[in-house]
Amino acid sequence: MIYKLHIWRQDNVHSKGAFQQYDIDVSEDTSLLEMLDALNEQLIENDKEAIAFDFDCREGICGSCNLVINGTPHGKHQGTTTCQQYMRDYADEAELWIEPWRATAFPIIKDLIVDRTAFEKIIQAGGFIEIRTGSAGEANTIPIDKEVSDAAFDSATCIGCAACVAACPNASATLFVAAKVTHLSMLPQGKMDKKRAEKLLTAMDEQGFGGCSNYRECERVCPKEISVSAITVMNRLLY
Amino acid sequence: MLKPTSSGSWGIDSHTPKGSLENRWTQHKFDMKIVSPANRKKYNIIVVGTGLAGASAAASLGEMGYNVKTFCFQDSPRRAHSIAAQGGINAAKNYQNDGDSVWRLFYDTIKGGDYRARESNVFRLAELSTSIIDQAVAQGVPFAREYSGYLANRSFGGAQVSRTFYARGQTGQQLLIGAYQAMSKQIADGTITHHSRCEMQDLILIDGKAKGIVSRDLVTGQLESHMADVVVLCTGGYGNVFYLSTNAKGCNASAVWRAHKQGALFANPCFTQIHPTCIPQHGELQSKLTLMSESLRNDGRIWAPKNKKDCDKKPEDIAEQDRDYFLERMYPAFGNLVPRDIASRAVKLICDEGRGVGHAIDGQKLGVYLDFAKAIEVHGLDAISEKYGNLFDMYTHIAAEDPYTTPMRIYPAVHYTMGGLWVDYNLMTSIDGLFAGGEANFSDHGANRLGASALMQGLADGYFILPSTVSNYLAQQKPLDITKTYPEAEQTLQACKEKIQQLMNAPDPQKTPDEFHRKLGQIIWQACGMAREKSVLEKAIADIKSLREQFWQQVKITGSDETLNQTLERAGRIADFFELAELMCIDALTREESCGCHAREEHITNDGEAQRHDDDFSYVAAWQYSGNLSMPVLYREELDFEFVRPTTRNYR
Repeated sequence: MIYKLHIWRQDNVHSKGAFQQYDIDVSEDTSLLEMLDALNEQLIENDKEAIAFDFDCREGICGSCNLVINGTPHGKHQGTTTCQQYMRDYADEAELWIEPWRATAFPIIKDLIVDRTAFEKIIQAGGFIEIRTGSAGEANTIPIDKEVSDAAFDSATCIGCAACVAACPNASATLFVAAKVTHLSMLPQGKMDKKRAEKLLTAMDEQGFGGCSNYRECERVCPKEISVSAITVMNRLLY
Repeated sequence: MLKPTSSGSWGIDSHTPKGSLENRWTQHKFDMKIVSPANRKKYNIIVVGTGLAGASAAASLGEMGYNVKTFCFQDSPRRAHSIAAQGGINAAKNYQNDGDSVWRLFYDTIKGGDYRARESNVFRLAELSTSIIDQAVAQGVPFAREYSGYLANRSFGGAQVSRTFYARGQTGQQLLIGAYQAMSKQIADGTITHHSRCEMQDLILIDGKAKGIVSRDLVTGQLESHMADVVVLCTGGYGNVFYLSTNAKGCNASAVWRAHKQGALFANPCFTQIHPTCIPQHGELQSKLTLMSESLRNDGRIWAPKNKKDCDKKPEDIAEQDRDYFLERMYPAFGNLVPRDIASRAVKLICDEGRGVGHAIDGQKLGVYLDFAKAIEVHGLDAISEKYGNLFDMYTHIAAEDPYTTPMRIYPAVHYTMGGLWVDYNLMTSIDGLFAGGEANFSDHGANRLGASALMQGLADGYFILPSTVSNYLAQQKPLDITKTYPEAEQTLQACKEKIQQLMNAPDPQKTPDEFHRKLGQIIWQACGMAREKSVLEKAIADIKSLREQFWQQVKITGSDETLNQTLERAGRIADFFELAELMCIDALTREESCGCHAREEHITNDGEAQRHDDDFSYVAAWQYSGNLSMPVLYREELDFEFVRPTTRNYR
C-alpha cells in the first residue's frame, strides 16, 4: 500500500516546525511505527536526518509512544496505543497526517517528541501511598472487597501516555489526575491522605494544564479506556 | 578478590555465609555494618536504570537518608521494561494451603534453573518473596482478589502449587507503578535527584573502585560526569542482542558491557531464555516480538497437526484425531505447564519436523497452536475473558485474528537473560563499589528462569538486599568529595567523546545501524538460540568479528551528536551488542554440556532431553575482559550443593 505522509518536523523547542511530505510503500501487516522505522531507514540512506519519535515496549503498555494520526491521539483504532496501530487499519486512506501531542505543558523536544515531565510533577505532588520499605504488615490482614479492588484496578491501568491531554480542547490532565486519585484513594491503604485530590489538581494547574469542562474527549482516546466516572469519584472526594 | 583456588584453576569468592540455610541472610544482616542516620546524608549513591530493581532500590535508599542520583534513558522511570511483565510474581505465602513453603519455592527455583544457581542466593530470594507482597499491597498495588476480599493466586509454568500473585495481565506494570510512586515521593522529598532521557556511557574508576559514571543527556547530547561513593547498575537484560526479542526497543547492554570492559566479570552470558509463547514473526519489517503470558498455558492447549499435509489447512478444518497435543503427549505429568526451556525446545522440534503452521519465514512455517476451545467449553466465555481478556485483545490487534474463535499461533522468542554481571552474595560485582541488581546481574535463575520469578528477584534485590549491602559497603568508605574534579573522570569522559566521534565519522558510511543489528541478530539466533553446536558457534564467532569490523567502517549516522539523535543512540548500543555477542558464543562453546536454556546438540539424551555434566560444569562461568575481545579469561565459581541434590530434571 502506498501512502502520502505529512509529518511534523521541528528542530527544537525554540524553532518553528512544519509538516513535511514523504511517500512510502508498505504492507498492511506493518505496524504504524514500523512504517516510520522503514521511512527513517530510507531517510538515513539518502543522507537525511531520521524523524524523532518516542517508543519503547511496542506492545501498548509502557506509554512512551504518542502520535496524533489524522487528528486523533493514538490513531483510529481505539482502546490502544500508537504502537498497536497497523497499516491495515488505514487501508482506505491515502494520506496520513502525523503530529506530536499539542499542549502548553508539553513543550516539543524535537519532531514528534514532547516533554511530559509535567506528569512527573503531578505524581510527585502526592500520587503515592507512603509506606516505608519493610514496614508493611502481612498482606492478607486487610481484606478488600473485590468490587473495590477491581474498580481501583480500572484506574490503576493508566499508562501515563497523556493522550487525554492531547485530545482535550483545554489540554486538561483531569482524567490522568482522577485515575491516580481514584486508584489510590479507593483502597483502604490510600484513604489516609485526604488531601491527595487537592494536591494533584493544584500541581496540574501549576504545570500549565487547563481545567475540565466535560468535553469527554479524554475517555474517547484513552488507550486503557479509563472512564470519566473517575473524575466524578474524585470530585466527590474534594467536597 | 580474584585468586587461585586449591584445585589450581582460578576461582572467585562469592562471600556466601556459612551455616544453616535458613539463618544465613538473618545472620549476614546482623554481621553487616550500618551507617548511622546522621551520617547517611554524607554519602552519594548512583543508581542507573529505574525499572523494578532500580526504582525500588533508589526509593529505599533515599528513604534511609542517602543522597541518590538516578538515571534512565526513557522519558520517565514508569516506562522501564519491567512494565511489560504480564503473568505475575511468586511468593511463598501458602495462602492456598497447598503445601507451599520457602523451602519449596527455593527448591523449585534451584531445580528450574537446572542446578546452575547458588543455593544461598536462591534461598534468600524465596525467603524475601513474602515481604515483597506485603510491601506492594501496602503501596496500593491492586493484586487480584477472591470474592472473600483476600488475595488470589494462580499456578504458573513449572510449579505444582499456586503461589503466583497477579494483577490481570499487567502485574509488572502495577508493581513498577508502585516502585515508581515510592521513588516519586523521594524525588519530592529531595533525597533522589532523577535524570530522565540520560544514558550511562561509562563507569569512572578511582584506584580500582567505582566512583561515578559518565552520562549522555539524550536531548542535548551533552556528556557529563557524576561522582558518588557507590554505583548500582539495574539496567536490565541483553535480549536485544538478538534484534528480534520481546524486550522493549530501548533495552540494551551498554551499561553492563562498559562496566565489564572496566573489569567487572560477566557471568554465564550464554544463558538466554527463549520464551515459548510469543506471537510468531510475520514479516521483514518487524521490529519486535510480542510475548503472550505464560499464564495462558494454564488453560490453553498447545497442538500442531499430526500430518504435514494438514499444515496449510485452517485449524478448524483439522479433525480432533489429527491434532497432536505434543506437550501433553511428551510430558504427561506437567503437560502444557512444563518449564519454558522445555516447552520452547518441543515447539522447535515440531516445526523442524515440518509440522509448523502460519507464516513461512525463510521457507519454514514457524508456529504452533495455543487453543482455548476446550477451556471456553468447560469454564465459559466469561471466565476465560475475565482471566485473559487483555491478552486476547492484544493478540487480536497484532495478529488480526480472534483467539476466542481461532486458536492463537505461537512460537518461541528471546525473552530474558539469566546471564549478567557476576555478583557476590552482597550483589557487588568484581569491581569494588559497583553493585548490580535485577536482570542486570546473573544471580538467582541459573540456566533457566521460572515464570513469575523475575519480578520477585528485581524487587527482592531493590527493596531488601541492596539497601542492606550497599549500606554495609558505605559504612566502610570515607565519603568522596564530589564537588572536586577528578582526572579519572575527565579521562573517562574524553574516551566517551572519542567513541561517539568514531561512530559519527565512520570512514565509509553506507549502512544504517539497524541493518547491522538485524544481521547480527540472525547470526546469534541461529548459533546461540534454542540449540547450539560447536561448528555453528565457531562460524558465528568468525561472522560476528567480520561484521563488527564492517560496522565500524560502514555505519552511517545522519544528524548531529549535539542534539537528540536516536540513530546515534542505537548505534552506540549496537556497538556493544557486537562485542557481547562474541562472548555469548565463546561461553556457549566452552560449556560442553546441556543445561536449562543451553542445549548443546552434542549433549542431548536419546529421548531428546538436556544432558548436564555436573562433574565438569557445575560452575558459574565468569569472564574477564582481557583487552582482547576474542581472548576473555574464564574464572570458575564452583557451585556447592549442600541442601539439594542435583538430579536430572524430569517433567514427564
